[in-house]
Amino acid sequence: MLDMSPHPFENLPNRPGVGYKPQHFSDILKDARPVEWLEIHAENYMGDGGRPIAQLKHLAERFPISVHGVGLSIGGESPLDPDHLARLKHLVGWLNPASFSEHLAWSTHESAFLNDLLPLPYTLETVARVSQHIDQVQETLGRQMLLENPSSYLAFAESEMTETEFLREVSNRTGCGLLLDVNNVFISATNQQTDPCSYIDDFPLENVGEIHLGGHDEDHDDMGAPLLIDSHGREVVDPVWALLDYTLAKSGPRPTLIEWDTDVPDWPVLAAEARRAADHLEQISA
Amino acid sequence: MAAKTDQNGFVAALLNPDCPAPPTLRDPQGGPAGKRFDVYRNNVAVSLTEALQVAFPVVQKLVGAEFFKAMTGVFLRQHPPKSPVLMLYGSDMPSFLANFEPVSHLAYLPDIARLELALRQSYNAEDQNPINPNALQSLAADRLMVARFSFAPAVRLLQSEWPIHSIWRANTEADAPEITIASEDVLVVRPELDPVPVLLPDGGARFIAALQEKSSFGHALEKASAEVEDFDLTATLGLLLANGAITEIHDEEIR
Repeated sequence: MLDMSPHPFENLPNRPGVGYKPQHFSDILKDARPVEWLEIHAENYMGDGGRPIAQLKHLAERFPISVHGVGLSIGGESPLDPDHLARLKHLVGWLNPASFSEHLAWSTHESAFLNDLLPLPYTLETVARVSQHIDQVQETLGRQMLLENPSSYLAFAESEMTETEFLREVSNRTGCGLLLDVNNVFISATNQQTDPCSYIDDFPLENVGEIHLGGHDEDHDDMGAPLLIDSHGREVVDPVWALLDYTLAKSGPRPTLIEWDTDVPDWPVLAAEARRAADHLEQISA
Repeated sequence: MAAKTDQNGFVAALLNPDCPAPPTLRDPQGGPAGKRFDVYRNNVAVSLTEALQVAFPVVQKLVGAEFFKAMTGVFLRQHPPKSPVLMLYGSDMPSFLANFEPVSHLAYLPDIARLELALRQSYNAEDQNPINPNALQSLAADRLMVARFSFAPAVRLLQSEWPIHSIWRANTEADAPEITIASEDVLVVRPELDPVPVLLPDGGARFIAALQEKSSFGHALEKASAEVEDFDLTATLGLLLANGAITEIHDEEIR
């Protein structure tokens, strides 16, 4: 018998997912394989109704949904925006997604939203501020959140610890899980001229609830050193797939997402990237 | 102990290319961040420009893509978003255009921006069920005259001195009719999930505005007829009902 009642999906499966784009709606309903779950940007579903909400309700009946925030400004020096937190609580409340995640970054300053994930110095002072904000988010939403490692282009003179030490400390203090963006690890390691595998070795993989993969652009800094830019506008490159294998071998399979946000391709191209992620996940489980 | 980077200084440099990056930002060799900081500057400007291109496609078409890009560079620094919910970013665009000297020869531009804002607000507005169109016909004439209406949250009324509906069509439809210089009033409706701008007959905007202010049907009809002698009530009501614009009839006699 066909059960048409909406049923919440409690967890993201350790299988491939993709960032949902409205232009793929009918392709996904026709045949989403190998994609088994979808991620949405929270801020795109904070309207009062209309097509975006209608589509999301439809998809949530069929797929586990991950809500990924891009505007909470968890690293901001000012308090979290109470209006935005209330909107997020409303969305997470009615949707009851399988997961909620946000970024280790800031984006709002004195009520101006800058629409970029801006970097933070890794100090004890920042640990305290970020942890306090995460406590507030988790208390408001009544659930654990995942915190994502950023892609970085520069360093702060005042940093006192590494990024992995910082994330481990915040996760210990707040009980939040982590979202490991393997493309961001590759970008940051290239830009900071460090070893991406050592980053994975130092990362608290036991706390990872989701993995992100995406494409990046290549540029150079003033000294001619490589400068990779997180653009989510193309295929995942081979060294990032290799870094995924390195990670999965240590962590075991995890929900793994393809992010493609600019120059979004037709569904078959995105599905092929997800197929590639499925192959890498199956290789580990085998 | 190194100096602290504060977010005030970071933002000042982010929005002003003449302002140097904070000196505490470094490259891997400990040198100044230089071009690495520009990645953030670029991300902010490009992402907000893209949001405005999506929001105001007809304004962009009217001024040209290159000009629009340069103009949004000015706009986004004067009016950065006040909320991370970018679907409603750009509410200051009409007043910005009205005061932006390089487009002062395009006097209709602010009203086109208003129309594009209204379409986006309508797209994201709350869903509410419209009344059955027959409900109005079955109402006795005396009851109808005292009835008050509620409108769907997706309805937006725009009154303009310019032919905004014709200009909008000419820039979005392949076989749009020619534009004649005349004032045009538009009702944005959302019969299903896609907002549509509908051209109102003369007096229609006066009638609908009165109803939106909770005037009775009879009172609204008086106002419209005082403004336009041959006000076409049938056409105006027809497009309100056909597009699901009315969600409730408040009939005081029944209550």
